Amino acid sequence: MTSSVAPLSGRVTLKQGGGGRAMRNLIEKLFIRDFAAMPFEGVGLAAMDDGAAIPIGDGRYLVVTTDSHVIHPIFFPGGDIGRISISGTVNDLAMMGATRPLGITCGVILEEGFDIEKLEAIQRSLVATCLEAGTVVITGDTKVMGRGEIDGIVINTTGVGITRRVVRDNGLRAGDRIIVTGTIGDHGLAVMSARHDLALEGDLVSDVAPINELIEAALEAAGDAITAMKDPTRGGVASALHEMASKSDVGILLSEHSIPLTDAARAAGEILGIDPLHVANEGKALIGVRADAADKLLAALRAHPRGRDAAIIGTCTTERLGSIILDTGFGRRLLAEPEGEPLPRIC
Amino acid sequence: MCLGVPGKIIDIDADGVMATVDFWGVRRQVRLDIIDEPAAVGDYVLNHVGFAIRRIPPESAAETLSLYEVLLQESGDDVMTADLRAEIAGAGEPAKAR
Amino acid sequence: MAGESLKFRDPELAKALAAALARHVEEIGRPVSVMHVCGSHEQAIAKFGLRSMFPKLLTVIMGPGCPVCVTDVPEVDEGVVLAEQGVHIATYGDMLKVPGTVKSLADAQATGGKIHIVYSPAQAVELARSLPGEEVVFFATGFETTAVATAAVIVDDPPKNFSVLSAHKYIPPVMEIVAEMPESRVEGFLAAGHAATITGWAVFEPFIERHKLPVVVAGFEPLDILAGLVELVELVKNGTPKVVNMFPRCVTREGNRAAQAQLWRVFRPVGGRWRGIAHVPNGNLRLRDEYAHLDARRRFTIDVKKLWDYAPTHLANQCICGDIMAGIKNPYDCKLFNKECVPETPVGACMVSNEGTCKIWHLYGGVPDLSEVSA
Repeated sequence: MTSSVAPLSGRVTLKQGGGGRAMRNLIEKLFIRDFAAMPFEGVGLAAMDDGAAIPIGDGRYLVVTTDSHVIHPIFFPGGDIGRISISGTVNDLAMMGATRPLGITCGVILEEGFDIEKLEAIQRSLVATCLEAGTVVITGDTKVMGRGEIDGIVINTTGVGITRRVVRDNGLRAGDRIIVTGTIGDHGLAVMSARHDLALEGDLVSDVAPINELIEAALEAAGDAITAMKDPTRGGVASALHEMASKSDVGILLSEHSIPLTDAARAAGEILGIDPLHVANEGKALIGVRADAADKLLAALRAHPRGRDAAIIGTCTTERLGSIILDTGFGRRLLAEPEGEPLPRIC
Repeated sequence: MCLGVPGKIIDIDADGVMATVDFWGVRRQVRLDIIDEPAAVGDYVLNHVGFAIRRIPPESAAETLSLYEVLLQESGDDVMTADLRAEIAGAGEPAKAR
Repeated sequence: MAGESLKFRDPELAKALAAALARHVEEIGRPVSVMHVCGSHEQAIAKFGLRSMFPKLLTVIMGPGCPVCVTDVPEVDEGVVLAEQGVHIATYGDMLKVPGTVKSLADAQATGGKIHIVYSPAQAVELARSLPGEEVVFFATGFETTAVATAAVIVDDPPKNFSVLSAHKYIPPVMEIVAEMPESRVEGFLAAGHAATITGWAVFEPFIERHKLPVVVAGFEPLDILAGLVELVELVKNGTPKVVNMFPRCVTREGNRAAQAQLWRVFRPVGGRWRGIAHVPNGNLRLRDEYAHLDARRRFTIDVKKLWDYAPTHLANQCICGDIMAGIKNPYDCKLFNKECVPETPVGACMVSNEGTCKIWHLYGGVPDLSEVSA
């Protein structure tokens, strides 16, 4: 299935930003080709990891990552664009092993007419999330565009951090266990429900949060036994696991009943016809760990408030390389990668 | 072809048209104007595209499960099966020609 | 209801039902093909990996049970043309990427069309209320189950700027078509529980009279489907063509009469093409004359011919969606499957809808044997 990548043509479509294969295809065919050919020591664009790692001598690496954040609605149950902007970048650094961000840059592009009160609320959220993550915004940029030229607000954040060990997303080996640090699908389903005016009320809340402290606890507990990390943002757990499996050249056997899910996410998934495995998380990590260290890691994660619901959900195999096999308890099937943004459906 | 999700009515508005239905902790407004029979707070309904299309009798889930248990028995036409099937077939009155 | 639903997901009971299914098929002693006419059945079969539990001699074919897949090309074209005229289109998320002659609604959106995804027809009406002075067309798809909800908002005095482009379809007539196909090897039907919630199971009695084939109405939880198949195969084994209702918690003999009355008050059945299948007499639901003022086809001039300046691609001509939906072929028989035709660039509707056989086989890997993969 992975053989089929459509050639680029025509116009850019929304699904090319959806986090799945269409987006990777665009990036690979357009952005990476030239830059990957240019000399660079370290983990660069060609790796398509969560960020880059630049060796700075002394066995240390400077980790850099950047993200542009657009979200509708900008305030949603459990968070807002400010909280996502900091969390997303802090978490990407953490996924590479840099759990103590040195600082963050923040570029804001606003649409003429944007409500100042909203902007103040977003600023408060940026500050609060920085405090939570133990970091600070150190430089920034502001632009205003004409009405209709941009949709409300776009925030770009870049983060830097230092690590001695770069954790990649391609280090899985057969026999490794896959751990998810908590319940899945909460963010994507909460935002979707708010975005399409689906009027779902109740316990459906985004998980958006900085998890660098949790990841630091994980790295302290399991060290080199951690073979890969990735945060399952756009495209969800399904997309992230596919990327990890194909880059690592393993298959992953996933046990569906062990995947943590809140009742609300399960219900919203059933109502909207959307698989929680296919939607974004903004405060979770997938961690590959050697089997003999899995229990120790799990205990360390569960001891942290952001890792209470952590669970071992799968095992890496030497069969069906690059594929995710889902054991449903009834039978087994291949888990597909979502393409584009999942939409609520009626059938 | 049609996603149908069962949920429990927790509130009904004054006109009796709009219900608040709880689906495992997620609540949504569901319209009652095309439901098959009157429903009250506490009833389970089957929801499709924001409309309740069926009041689910409280005892029916257990009834279905016992039917499945019966299917598991080697012989498909023992007395118990026949009884149960008759009961289920009798759940509705004779169909009326449209 | 959480607990209630989970009862229908008990893997142990499922295994026992699968064993019963295997026993019946073994007693028949030859290959047996049955068809379900419901995309939600295929979804559940695929999602829960049930196919791996079916006996090898049993083929469960997916029939034309996906309303999105059978929405015909010209119907999509009508929506696209209206969007290009600047009208707001409200539709279900399922319809967005379905290919028309040259464009899908998603393509129309990429070039400035005002397309809104809704979850309920009531939401489309609210959209119209929030946009006074602009025209809002609800592009209505789905079978009778969904059509009753459309009917409910039509009789509920919607605002003047609201109208409906009905692509609703009615299932019972297409079962006749499939049963009469000369290549059809189908020995029994698993009928869709939610559609039957509306129509009642007695609607299948004339069908059985004519075709002497058994019909079992089944629900959508794993146990519902397995139990439905056990019953159906048993009827095949015993040669008893009758209707059995295995979904009594939602389906009665007469169905939801209030909803039926409203359905036929608003809609009339007309013949029309179902994509890839055939002309289906009485298979399409169109607004009655009393509601002409709400019928987008009468309110607007919808000239789809200008879309035909572009010929359909040569790929579209190789698409075998129709044969797949008729149960004659499966996706692996199609040259385009997982090559030129993938969800990002679908050629046929079966690759678009979450209920399309091709999309489901693409998503869930068809029927590979994964039982041997060890942890």
